[in-house]
Amino acid sequence: MIKVENLHKTFGKLEVLKGINCEVTEKEVVCVIGPSGSGKSTFLRCINLLEEITDGAVYIGGAQVNDPKTNINDIRTEVGMVFQQFNLFPHMSVIDNVTMAPMLIRKMDKKSAEELALELLDKVGLREKADNFPQQLSGGQQQRVAIARALAMKPKVMLFDEPTSALDPEMVQEVLDVMKALAKEGMTMVVVTHEMGFAREVADRVIFMDGGYIVEEGLPSEIFANPKNDRTKAFLGKIL
Amino acid sequence: MDFLFNLRWDIIWNYRELFLQGIWITIVLTVSGYIGGIILGVFLGLGKTSKKKWIYWPCKIYVDLFRGTPLLVQILIIHLALIPTIFGHSLGVMFSGIAALVLNSAAYNAEIFRAGIESIDKGQTEAARSLGLTQGQAMRKVILPQAFRRMVPPLGNEFIALLKDSSLVMVIAVNDILYAAKVVAGAYQKFWEPYLTAALLYLILTFVVTKIVAYVERRFSIDYNPRKNKGGRVAR
Ligand SMILES: Nc1ncnc2c1ncn2[C@@H]1O[C@H](COP(=O)(O)OP(=O)(O)OP(=O)(O)O)[C@@H](O)[C@H]1O
Ligand SMILES: [Mg+2]
Repeated sequence: MIKVENLHKTFGKLEVLKGINCEVTEKEVVCVIGPSGSGKSTFLRCINLLEEITDGAVYIGGAQVNDPKTNINDIRTEVGMVFQQFNLFPHMSVIDNVTMAPMLIRKMDKKSAEELALELLDKVGLREKADNFPQQLSGGQQQRVAIARALAMKPKVMLFDEPTSALDPEMVQEVLDVMKALAKEGMTMVVVTHEMGFAREVADRVIFMDGGYIVEEGLPSEIFANPKNDRTKAFLGKIL
Repeated sequence: MDFLFNLRWDIIWNYRELFLQGIWITIVLTVSGYIGGIILGVFLGLGKTSKKKWIYWPCKIYVDLFRGTPLLVQILIIHLALIPTIFGHSLGVMFSGIAALVLNSAAYNAEIFRAGIESIDKGQTEAARSLGLTQGQAMRKVILPQAFRRMVPPLGNEFIALLKDSSLVMVIAVNDILYAAKVVAGAYQKFWEPYLTAALLYLILTFVVTKIVAYVERRFSIDYNPRKNKGGRVAR
């Protein structure tokens, strides 16, 4: 589903990703963990080309995203992304947030787009908030709308960048529950997270990143129970 | 204060048609200059947010040029040098006057548009692009609708500024309000009456415009919250 080959990313002189290789198969849930500044967000953002790729290649469903001949907009419709800061569109109601892209890009008519949106809002438990505006919702609710918005494009892959880090503690669980349900349905997911409980429970594989490298990866049970790399040990020691 | 009672307001009355025409000309100048300035300003402003150097730099140079030089100088150059050079002859003072106001206010509007666009959080563009919207679609559907609300107050100020600045085209003998005052002053060698009249007329016009701007601001600078903005203006 996703294949990353020797991915390098530099910001000016700063090399943030120093050769990432990784593959995510269909229906797999991969959690990416690691200290702040290790390049987790950058890695995720390179997958749908929100960051330009300096060197290497990323493939999604066989298409190389950083090939100039690829239409990146087409690929992005297949890759949903959920941001730490939700990034809902504040000038649109909740339902308009969800229907906008399907209507604009998939050329869905308003009625079927709204049916789809209500179905998805139902799924994230927010059907009754359809006509509210984002700033009338709590952080957790906003993030669930953001998930519904991404799902409305019927993506094949979902990328999450610390989806619960900006939330008050009591709202974290409601978002994680939605993500869990999504994983159970067989969505392919790459999740950058500090929620080790979630990683342990839901992930098929955990990737530990540090200093622009994938330092260690494996089953959550292995990584959490007996990490092999010293840096992984140090990181988990601090966080668990 | 004696002189106030000796003022000859009858001479203004004698020239009322010239003043009425002046009001009309000032309105035409300001409104055309404003509309043209907004249209051109949108493109310049978008250009100034462009990452492409060949788009960015011409727009930046244009804006800096027009903001960095006096409007009066621009009017003279456009009327006496630029237009005759391009077209071989003058296209009339009104054309030159409007052209100068359009070109000048476009530079100021460009900055308003640029600042408005750049004030919208980068996450908004990213969210839109991540859904598969093109840069243009993201601009139209997500960025501009939000930026527009923030642009309304400065664009309103720009309208009022332009109204007053339009008096500078008198220098190329466009028959606006100030021109009428000058004619009367010349005819009677009296200065208080005509220039006070001109000042008063500008004051009335700016007052009316201020009211219009305030109304538009109430309509558009609203919060996105439908329940709260029923009552009109909403404090954030
Ligand atoms: N647009 C940018 N320009 C310059 N440097 C950047 C940019 N984005 C990220 N960086 C730098 O790249 C490095 C990795 O950043 P990144 O956001 O990928 O880390 P992260 O692992 O997601 O950290 P966190 O857990 O804090 O979110 C950091 O040193 C950061 O300062
Ligand atoms: Mg990050």
